[in-house]
Amino acid sequence: MHHWHKVNRDMTTGTATTRVIGWIAILTTAWVVVSAFFLTPADVIQGDSVRIMYVHVPTAWIAYLAFVITAVASGCSLVRKHRTLGFDRVAGASAEVGVLFMAMTLITGSLWGRLTWGTFWQWDPRLTTTLFLFVTYVGYLAIRRVDVDPVRRARRSAVIALLAVLEIPLVHFSVVLWRSLHQEASVLNTDGDVRLDGLMLFTLFSGVVAFTLMFVWLVMHRQRLTALSDVERVVGLDASIAARRAEHAGGVRAT
Amino acid sequence: MKDLGFILASWIITLGSIGVLALVTVRRARELSSRVPDEHKPWV
Repeated sequence: MHHWHKVNRDMTTGTATTRVIGWIAILTTAWVVVSAFFLTPADVIQGDSVRIMYVHVPTAWIAYLAFVITAVASGCSLVRKHRTLGFDRVAGASAEVGVLFMAMTLITGSLWGRLTWGTFWQWDPRLTTTLFLFVTYVGYLAIRRVDVDPVRRARRSAVIALLAVLEIPLVHFSVVLWRSLHQEASVLNTDGDVRLDGLMLFTLFSGVVAFTLMFVWLVMHRQRLTALSDVERVVGLDASIAARRAEHAGGVRAT
Repeated sequence: MKDLGFILASWIITLGSIGVLALVTVRRARELSSRVPDEHKPWV
């Protein structure tokens, strides 16, 4: 029985920590769903469409966080050369999850926009800069797939990540800098005034906690997955070279 | 509840996508783990 458990655990990228994080994420998400649909009231202005905010705002914040982590890990991968690959894998995994969360932000925002503004899309400063940020990180992930050599991949993508992160302040402050259809921030605004009812605010922050835990779980697994993939590629390459050499040596001997 | 379709779609698309990514990640991890020796898995 003990042996069976050990074998199964060795066959995944999970650990006790990821399992605990996973379960807390599931429980917190369950609470957010119950609160968002059954406990919180409809908004005075937005009506029931405010229930989309409990998923739209956390995914946006965590996407920002993911891209900042990508930049920090990329900076570390350039500075701390003996741990380049470790930091690079965290950077890549964080960007992958960030891109998914950013896509969810755009989709949920579009659904909310249809209810509130009467249209799925407008070329508004916030929406346009968010789309630009999303496309930039899709490009970053594409660049990561170009290089077979992990060290060269780490160096190239680190430079891109350090440049791409500069877009985040532009996206966040676009509603202040330009005339925008998108509302200003209700929580992280410039005047520090939180414009949300107690339970609504608590549900929103619970959502942030739930999505942060999902993000951490996914990044931990995906950076280990990249490590396995890199090892497999190197081991596979070594095996192919050895096979080709053996083949060549056999051919030389035969002639 | 008004506009339930849009609200449900937002939640289902978001949580569903994250769930699918989690499943794909775990399946791929199992697949690769079986081919990579344990000395390359510091978390084990």
